Amino acid sequence: MTVPSSAEGDTLSKSLINAAAPPRTFLARFQRWEWMLVGLIVIVVALNTALSPYFLDAQNLSRTSSDFMEMGIMMLAMVFIIITGGIDLSVASNLGMCASFMGWLFMAGVDIWIAALAALALGTFAGFVNGTLVARMKLPPLVVTLGTYAFYRGVAYVLLGDQAARGYPEAFTYIGQGKLLGTLLPFSVALFGVLAVVFGLVLHKTTFGRYLFAIGNNENASVYSGVPVARIKVIIFTVSGFMAALAGLVLAARFGSTRPDIGNGLELSVITAAVLGGVDINGGAGTMSGAVLSLFLIGLLRFGMGLLNIQGQVQGVVIGLLLILSILLPNVAHTFSGSGRKLQRHSLWAIIAFVVVFIAFVAFFFWSREAVLIK
Amino acid sequence: MSAQTAPRPHRLRAIARFREAGISIFILILGALVALRAPAFLTMTNFKDILLNISILSIVALAQAMVIITHGIDLSVSSMIGLVAMMVAFVMKQSPEFPVITVVLLGMALGAALGALNGVVISYGKVPPIIATLGTLSIYRGMVFFYSQGTWINSFELPRSFKLLSKGTPLGLPNMVIIALVFAALVYFFLNYTRTGRDIYAVGSNPEAAQMAGIRRQRVVFLVYLLSGLASGLAAVLWASRFESAQTNTALGFELQTVAAAVVGGVSISGGVGTVPGVLLGALLLGLIENALPLVRISPFWQLAAQGLLILIAVVVDNLIARSAKGK
Amino acid sequence: MTDYCLELKDITKRFSTVEVLHGVPFNLRPGEVHALLGENGAGKSTLIKVITGVHQPDGGEIVLNGERVHFNDPRESREAGIAAIYQELSLFPDLDVAENIFVGRQPTTRGGLIHWRKLYAEAGKLLASLGVRLDLKQKARHLSIAQQQMVEIARAFSLHARILIMDEPTSSLTLNEVADLFRLVRRLRDEGTAIIFISHRLEELFELADRVTVLRDGYYVGTHPLSEVTRDDLIRLMVGRTISNLFPKQDVPAGDVALKVENLSYPGVFENISFELRKGEILGMAGLVGAGRTDVARAIFGVTPPTSGSIQVAGQPVQINSPQEAIRLGLAYVPEDRQAHGLIPPMSITANLSLVVLEQCARHGWLQDKVECDKAFNAARQMEVRASHIWQKARELSGGNQQKVVLAKWLETKPRILILDEPTRGIDVGTKAAVHALMSKLAAEGMAILMISSELPEVLGMSDRILVMREGRMTAHFTRAEATQEKIISAATQSVSAGDVQ
Repeated sequence: MTVPSSAEGDTLSKSLINAAAPPRTFLARFQRWEWMLVGLIVIVVALNTALSPYFLDAQNLSRTSSDFMEMGIMMLAMVFIIITGGIDLSVASNLGMCASFMGWLFMAGVDIWIAALAALALGTFAGFVNGTLVARMKLPPLVVTLGTYAFYRGVAYVLLGDQAARGYPEAFTYIGQGKLLGTLLPFSVALFGVLAVVFGLVLHKTTFGRYLFAIGNNENASVYSGVPVARIKVIIFTVSGFMAALAGLVLAARFGSTRPDIGNGLELSVITAAVLGGVDINGGAGTMSGAVLSLFLIGLLRFGMGLLNIQGQVQGVVIGLLLILSILLPNVAHTFSGSGRKLQRHSLWAIIAFVVVFIAFVAFFFWSREAVLIK
Repeated sequence: MSAQTAPRPHRLRAIARFREAGISIFILILGALVALRAPAFLTMTNFKDILLNISILSIVALAQAMVIITHGIDLSVSSMIGLVAMMVAFVMKQSPEFPVITVVLLGMALGAALGALNGVVISYGKVPPIIATLGTLSIYRGMVFFYSQGTWINSFELPRSFKLLSKGTPLGLPNMVIIALVFAALVYFFLNYTRTGRDIYAVGSNPEAAQMAGIRRQRVVFLVYLLSGLASGLAAVLWASRFESAQTNTALGFELQTVAAAVVGGVSISGGVGTVPGVLLGALLLGLIENALPLVRISPFWQLAAQGLLILIAVVVDNLIARSAKGK
Repeated sequence: MTDYCLELKDITKRFSTVEVLHGVPFNLRPGEVHALLGENGAGKSTLIKVITGVHQPDGGEIVLNGERVHFNDPRESREAGIAAIYQELSLFPDLDVAENIFVGRQPTTRGGLIHWRKLYAEAGKLLASLGVRLDLKQKARHLSIAQQQMVEIARAFSLHARILIMDEPTSSLTLNEVADLFRLVRRLRDEGTAIIFISHRLEELFELADRVTVLRDGYYVGTHPLSEVTRDDLIRLMVGRTISNLFPKQDVPAGDVALKVENLSYPGVFENISFELRKGEILGMAGLVGAGRTDVARAIFGVTPPTSGSIQVAGQPVQINSPQEAIRLGLAYVPEDRQAHGLIPPMSITANLSLVVLEQCARHGWLQDKVECDKAFNAARQMEVRASHIWQKARELSGGNQQKVVLAKWLETKPRILILDEPTRGIDVGTKAAVHALMSKLAAEGMAILMISSELPEVLGMSDRILVMREGRMTAHFTRAEATQEKIISAATQSVSAGDVQ
């Protein structure tokens, strides 16, 4: 056998770079997943329009879109955090704490706007605490924000107990209920739109955004390359805290009152929207446009199901399935197309066993249910 | 190959043990303080109360700990409990003569089936655990609503034998406490005296090396989620029996407590580390706080905040100890 | 023909589009030590991972004891009697020493429960037979690299395999430990075990091995009995050219002191490190893997700041607490582990090249695509990076081209002090020569270079002066004229003699 010289070996496929290829355009960056989301949105709109005459109604669409703006506001910062490979489970609790704090101050006679500013400051500080614990003490974000998830919600209960703060002035409830002058566009949607553009630009067009991707793809290499990793993490958690407080104000304004359980469980919807939007939960990949599209997909889906009298909790089944399938299907396709590995006998039996169990469960599920419900 | 000076093994091992000793001391101090303020704390009835309260938590937290040891997380436990509790309660309402022991087995089987779905999606479908169980958290909860059509099962609809399953005391202690103790003992033996149990630690400690050492990694990961479902199923039966009802919001938010008990008990969220006694102590500490707050006249609204603070203290203290051990 | 216990025929292996093994044959007889030789990146590790079933070959066949086999995973090869010690350590940090040895096959009682007493007894016996003294209940996390290596070896031995593969088992062992290991290997060989042995230390091969197979750039070069070849033959086979023109460091008059380090310490890792580095000079740092050289470099660069000691840059005392500060002071660090610390593999060449100088590609924080592109293009062009375009992902490049990207990225910062950690590990010969030429050129332009390398020929050929470290201490300091391979090896592997050098 002859041995080619190494220089030849290296030129086999690649040559020197010849020209500085232009950076890809926006449309090229609008990757496959975003188009998929657009397609899904079109399908949802078409289906719902066919099923319910109330779906394509401007008033309804306007009202329903303001229903998930709190979620969207928190999602913008969550996208930053997830892209660095982190997670913030405490956002909804922080929202609850800030809204409760504002309500508590308001009930104590403080002016609503001062109370709102104080709530924003509190939320920002709460985010800063998360960021400091994660970045400076190098603790896993999942545990830190799980701890503050309980703690911040706990503070909300301590502040308001089983009371509700209510009676906010109309000038304040405008944030959550009002529409821009002479249009059907809710104020909260406009607010979200502006913020989404800002966050999108920061993510995709600034050095800060580039650093977020670098950290998410390889945190160690980013440290070695002089990226201020700790500072950036503190910043994004602090921003997340601010956004949670802002979402709290919007939600309290929309409800016109605050109870300590306000926004409970919203963190999961926020993470779902980000991940369904193509943001990689392991960090390093994702686009703001994808996240925003998936937010609207979820919103429209829920609205449509609501019109069809499907309960909110049952709607969760569809959203949960969508979340899992969006990651599962590509993985399964990859496994079966890639290596062309032969299915082994024992794995075939395992699949059969699993299918049998699954069918048995479903059968029992319906059988045991019918018997009682019919009575 | 002489002269390899091992870096002070005794101190390092002492640190590993620190966690259990640390919580034990913390529990004792807390207990003493509470007892000073409220003598009612030191009564037999109160102890029994605490044990009763943490039995269900211990069972699910132990399963959660196994999942976390493999570097995973199961957020769906609360929904699995809610769904299985509802299904079991429906069965009991429909056929009250059903033997109680078969109901326990049925609950465990239903839970295991739900856990198996998590396991397949995570181990073979390669969906990150947090995403998969976040999804099933809302899927299973939605199924509770769909299943019951929003209705719930009340105490009078359940047979007496079923209610006694958790509270009866034929052996001196309430059945539920005994079931939890037996479960803990089984998990202890499984984790420490079987190869599969050790494989759980190996997979969490170094997944690639586990594969190279011939451990079937996917199977181990699948198994822990299956067990988590099974434990949730058991917990669901006990839950329905203890609270004599099944509601659509049964165990809502319970997943947090299970993770908290595990983390406070020294299970490392990055995998590979955790012990059964640690998790039990973690659950005990959470139960103690829940029990003590009203006794010392602190508003129960502080409970959640205290839990959160406890998690934060646990990870911060761990981290400081690990750092000082490395710096020396 | 049938006296082979293992025979590989025309093994081909691709990773995505890159073919790393091109039809390699290999055979092994029972009771022989068969050395596998080649430069880093020649495909040795891939070949053994094909044998053990970690990777599946894309072409060719494996014949074990006359039967064609196909291993889907390492368990199947282990059941067939093949055990391996991989180059990257594969211990379980949270399990103790004894369990690490027996993981996945702990001895059990008749009832199927793990027999812990037996496990510790057997582990103790095994380590004693290896001459190692370790606390059996120590967690692997707390072991030194050499100790971890011994546990790996113990694990492989405990399998009683008929074929034992050892991928660089000696890279972090001292001479005494190596001698003990060799005694054991010979004993196993005499008992009929077939052993595949990989090492970069040619002396070891002559001492231990019966035959040698040489690979180069994924191609099979040849198999020879060691009694029929000389050291120089092996180098020529392995490198494909004579060694003299590989190391072209020119003599440059050394300038002012660029970096001065005094009594740098990080307890438990390294102690009292002091040296000076002058402009135009290449200072080589030799030692075993795990001797603390990389830790010193990381300390100087601010990744893990030292606990005591002082650093002067260009005569000014400085505190370096983070890589940002180091970069500002004109330092650059090309790390040892390209994938983990040097590159961001999933990102484009452009993004990698601009990462350290991103502020220069932006106005008030807003990225200027054109500036970034031009910068990246010029840098890639200058370094002769071979890729289809500058938007290609870094992970799709070959090892040599990845290293070029890392070098280009750091040269963009126009450093005055360049720290190179294993600059030619795992790259092809052509790139290696290019890197050496570049180092020489940079030194001639007045850059001060600190080079950490485990390849002695590289250290000897490139360095003006050479420091040797062992177990966190400096044990020797040679000028180029004084240094010989033997002196360096002895300083790197023998116990610290009375009083540190300098």
